[in-house]
Amino acid sequence: MLSYTEKIREIAGRLLQSGAVEMVIGFRAGTVPMMNEPHFAKTPADVQKLVWDSHCGINLANYLTDRKEKIGVLAKGCDSRNIVTHIIENKIKREQLVIIGVPCKGMVDKRKIAMKAETEITEVIEAETTITAKGHGFSKTFEKKDVLQHNCSLCIHRNPVIHDEMVAPPVVEQQGVDRYADVRSIAAMTPEQRWKYFEDLLAPCIRCYACRNACPLCYCPTCFVDESRPQWVGKSLDPSDVRTFHFLRAYHCAGRCTDCGACERACPVGINMRTFTKKLEQDCLDLFGWEVGLDPEVRPPLDVYRPQDPNDFIK
Amino acid sequence: MKMITINKSEWADGLQKAAQAYRLFGPVKEKEFHSFKRLQDGVLPDLACLNTRLSPKHLIYPQSEVMFDYTLDESRADHHILKEAARDDSPQAVVGIRPCDAKAFVLVRMNFDTPEYQDPYWIRAYEATTLVGLGCAAPCSSCFCTTAGCGPYHEEGLDVLLADAGNHYLAKVLTEKGAKFVAAAGWKTAAEPQAADRTIAALKQASESKITSFVQTDNLRSTETTDLHNAAFWEEVSFSCINCGTCTFSCPTCWCFDIQDENRGKAGVRMKNWDSCMYPLFTLHGTGHNPRGTKLHRVRQRFMHKLKYFVDKYDRGIHCVGCGRCVRLCPVNIDIRRVCNMMNNFAASGAACAIE
Repeated sequence: MLSYTEKIREIAGRLLQSGAVEMVIGFRAGTVPMMNEPHFAKTPADVQKLVWDSHCGINLANYLTDRKEKIGVLAKGCDSRNIVTHIIENKIKREQLVIIGVPCKGMVDKRKIAMKAETEITEVIEAETTITAKGHGFSKTFEKKDVLQHNCSLCIHRNPVIHDEMVAPPVVEQQGVDRYADVRSIAAMTPEQRWKYFEDLLAPCIRCYACRNACPLCYCPTCFVDESRPQWVGKSLDPSDVRTFHFLRAYHCAGRCTDCGACERACPVGINMRTFTKKLEQDCLDLFGWEVGLDPEVRPPLDVYRPQDPNDFIK
Repeated sequence: MKMITINKSEWADGLQKAAQAYRLFGPVKEKEFHSFKRLQDGVLPDLACLNTRLSPKHLIYPQSEVMFDYTLDESRADHHILKEAARDDSPQAVVGIRPCDAKAFVLVRMNFDTPEYQDPYWIRAYEATTLVGLGCAAPCSSCFCTTAGCGPYHEEGLDVLLADAGNHYLAKVLTEKGAKFVAAAGWKTAAEPQAADRTIAALKQASESKITSFVQTDNLRSTETTDLHNAAFWEEVSFSCINCGTCTFSCPTCWCFDIQDENRGKAGVRMKNWDSCMYPLFTLHGTGHNPRGTKLHRVRQRFMHKLKYFVDKYDRGIHCVGCGRCVRLCPVNIDIRRVCNMMNNFAASGAACAIE
């Protein structure tokens, strides 16, 4: 994926110069190891800052919401599926976009790498299939496939599903992935075990809402937790309010979540709130045969009634 | 100023003794990262910790704190009367706090303890707290304390400064509170002051030389507020921001809060919760108007408050101690060091070309 940078700059420069778009949304190199920052390029100088590597996990569809300009946007598989969802949900118009597809081999999980390092990581060097983390007096090389974000290791849509340009030929999709092993292991717990599991999972939450705000689906003008007249949810760290936030947010994402991992990646205290959305994703697959964001012409199952919808719950 | 030698073999024993007079808190590792927790039954603070994920500000200023309780039950004589909630202001000590986090309390105090206004909750907790800091021998690459009015062996705000001198700690007792803590722990081997000072100075110098990241702040005060406020770079700075509260909640110096009443049946509490200038609700008026209606407004406010309004109002430097938490934790890599330097260089570079 390292070779993508040059091609991205070439495409971005061309689109801006021809006036096809007013800005190109991509990434610029971060100021700390294993982080890049979402960046918009409007000038040739901005274009030269665009980069691509295994630290571009932030979902750029989040930066398109309600924008009015003509925009070129870099899109991995997951971003492209969220762009499709945005188009369906009228958050951006297809004709405003030039989608620059980025075939993705997965983004690395900086926490996984940090936990395997002996001390602070001060430099990370990436090669095609490996990544080397260096710090004071240590250097460790990892196979990228061993340190991917969990959602990336389960991804079966690495290639953009919609695009106007491609920065490289498509990558081979992962086959035979068991996407729901974690859902099954939680489902196998007794109700008491499961409740304990969720309690422990959410115990570190500080209500910073990084998960919600990193998510391209969370664009409500006023989120239910921010409603003040009347107020729906308490503001403290009371566990019932923390749970209400996480559970309701997950349900708002049912049939819409692409498992891009933005929420988990953004969390400053390491909560895997994908545990909730994965279950809903599996339900949508089992009940409706639904995979999110593959076609802008098809409305999601919770959006429409179809005669063949399962209705066993009606007694 | 007293200087004590604490042999490492006396460390655990001393803390155990101190625990009889103090509620002890210190950095403890749980799963992935360290946080400041109550040290229960002989658990020792993990002093090898680089720094805690979140700051220890909650030990004096909890994220959520009940101030009053009340009843709405009209059959009771005291209905609708706010009564002060029970709280524990018994002595507590934070062992292993970093100098940056201790200095942060000094900055926060400027807001909560002024001649005009005193926040009794913050002040009572602060007065009950003894800060036993450990000089920072291994600063992170994202630490910029030395140019943020602080440093790895900075003493301001601490009651005791510990320096790790191999097989023993040197304890510089800085305040009366510190002297009481050291006495409670039973550490009394006096160190030769000049030699101890030299050792600490050497450790300090070694640590400072490892700090590789800096901010420039010399022009902030003289730059016109409205010019900075109207600078073109805010669009670029705020673009990637997702308006979460990670920076403000992890920050040891952010002090904003919101007051809420919560009822359950007829019983209620009035509480104080951390708030964040990143949140749209933060400035929402009763009319429905929001003077900081966009993320650009909110991002600008955060940086202007820390790096300009505070500087102008108090003339005590920036509202930041350089702990680097927001730099490390921001989900989209907005870096206060970069923004601070942009703001500082703004006047010099001229309004038109202020970006980097």
